[in-house]
Amino acid sequence: MYWQRVISIVCIYALLAVSFDLLAHFVGLVSLGGALFIGVGGYLSAIMNTSFGFPPLLAIPIATIAGAGICTLLLLPCLPLRGVYFAIVSLMYPLAMCRVIEALDILGGTDGIMGVDSFPNRWVEQYFVILMVLLFLFGVRRLVNLDLGLVLRAVKDNDQAVRASGMSITFYKAVAVFISSAMGCLGGACLVHIYMWSGMSLFALDFSILPIAATVIGGAGTIVGPVLGCLILVPVSELLREFGTLRIVFYSVILVAFIVFRSEGIMVYGQRKYHQIERWVKV
Amino acid sequence: MSDQPILEVKDVTKTFGGILALNRVSFHVNEGEILGIIGPNGSGKTTLINCITAFIKMTSGKVFFRGKDISRKPAHKIADMGLTRTFQIMRPYYSLPAYKNLVIPLFSPRAKRTGGWRGGGKLGDRNTVGIDILEEIGFERDSFVPYKMASTLPTGYLKRLELARCLALKPEIILCDEVFSGLSMSEIASMVPLIERLQMDGIALVMIEHRLRELFRVANRVMVLNFGEKLIEGTADEVMASKKVKEAYFGSEEVEEVMSYA
Repeated sequence: MYWQRVISIVCIYALLAVSFDLLAHFVGLVSLGGALFIGVGGYLSAIMNTSFGFPPLLAIPIATIAGAGICTLLLLPCLPLRGVYFAIVSLMYPLAMCRVIEALDILGGTDGIMGVDSFPNRWVEQYFVILMVLLFLFGVRRLVNLDLGLVLRAVKDNDQAVRASGMSITFYKAVAVFISSAMGCLGGACLVHIYMWSGMSLFALDFSILPIAATVIGGAGTIVGPVLGCLILVPVSELLREFGTLRIVFYSVILVAFIVFRSEGIMVYGQRKYHQIERWVKV
Repeated sequence: MSDQPILEVKDVTKTFGGILALNRVSFHVNEGEILGIIGPNGSGKTTLINCITAFIKMTSGKVFFRGKDISRKPAHKIADMGLTRTFQIMRPYYSLPAYKNLVIPLFSPRAKRTGGWRGGGKLGDRNTVGIDILEEIGFERDSFVPYKMASTLPTGYLKRLELARCLALKPEIILCDEVFSGLSMSEIASMVPLIERLQMDGIALVMIEHRLRELFRVANRVMVLNFGEKLIEGTADEVMASKKVKEAYFGSEEVEEVMSYA
């Protein structure tokens, strides 16, 4: 039961990591907005469920689409920003949201929204999230090779040339933000129904930072890599729970070791080794 | 040919801080005409193109494209109307193969409108059209060149790729920013017929150039810029005969005096 829950959490982080990878390495927007996506999606789904009585499997898709819309609208003014500036603004939103909820005492205030329905049964809870990760994983892999995906990659490569081709870069950036925030909101909505509670901790910075770490470990720009990274990082952080407060120290050591010795990421390393061995076999 | 010029530029002024980069420059381009713009380094030629295509905001002045005021429109809207440009420093998408570079302009609203095909999701379509355009612009179809990564292509092909990106939009006018620069003599020799063919296809061109001999071969009219001001405009012979142009290029006591004050 405990490890089943961990797998669900892995999947939610995996959704976030894929969304980060898509934005950062295919569109060139380094987003620290993971917590924003999770929070908006989570709260929306919780409200939908408790106030309007939608069942979880209806509330989640609505929260995904509506949440993605809200996140895109929020991030729309800062889309012309690039690099670290966009990162800072997207980091600011979850922090601000958190304080707004605390100060105005809306949406349950510091207590959060309780009494959110869980999934119909444990199997649905377990496999729904896994299925969603697989769906989005292969969906995004496919997207980046479609013509639309090429345009997104072009925006990262050279946005001036995209403008000269008669296309609005802001529009395509907004499309990309919509897709990736949909992934994040889906994760948030699932999380709320797994925990049966929605609170301010949904805006915690873990959701922004861990996907980046997972992307670094798994291999940037590979889409699959970040999922692998989550599969490693989240269970490791659970295993390290025994060490109590020293957990973070061990965690950091592992991260640093990865960055120093395998900065390209597992996936890239694995691909290279695979090609080498394949060649070797041929020879 | 209608009397109305395809592109009309009126009193375009651009200041960077206190520096006057362009001072009330006006000119027009007629339908299907090639206008050459020459001038010494730093005379504001590229700035002029940037202002017309809204890649930088002009301080004052107006630009009319087919009689419509486009001076306040964003860059992508201007390109969408058929006023395209190339960049002096080539801006290909380095991480994509050459023919995939053209998928991006072919994805634009204008290409969808003018291309006559809906572009509806069939991957093969844009790739094939892209390779067709590349062949037209001088990439050998049967070689591996169109499939090479843009980052590995030599300058000559990148310049062609810049032009190809404009052609993918089915433009009405192309503003070329030094398409001949950085090319060898033989590469230029193969580019000149290309430019002539574009004109025969009814596309007007504005060409910024330093290669005067090749430019004068293709250009109908030539305009000379110096220190952000228009010196003279006329046929190639008129321009070459002008004393002012010689002063601008080779310097004279008068000009040197001005420079020593500046």
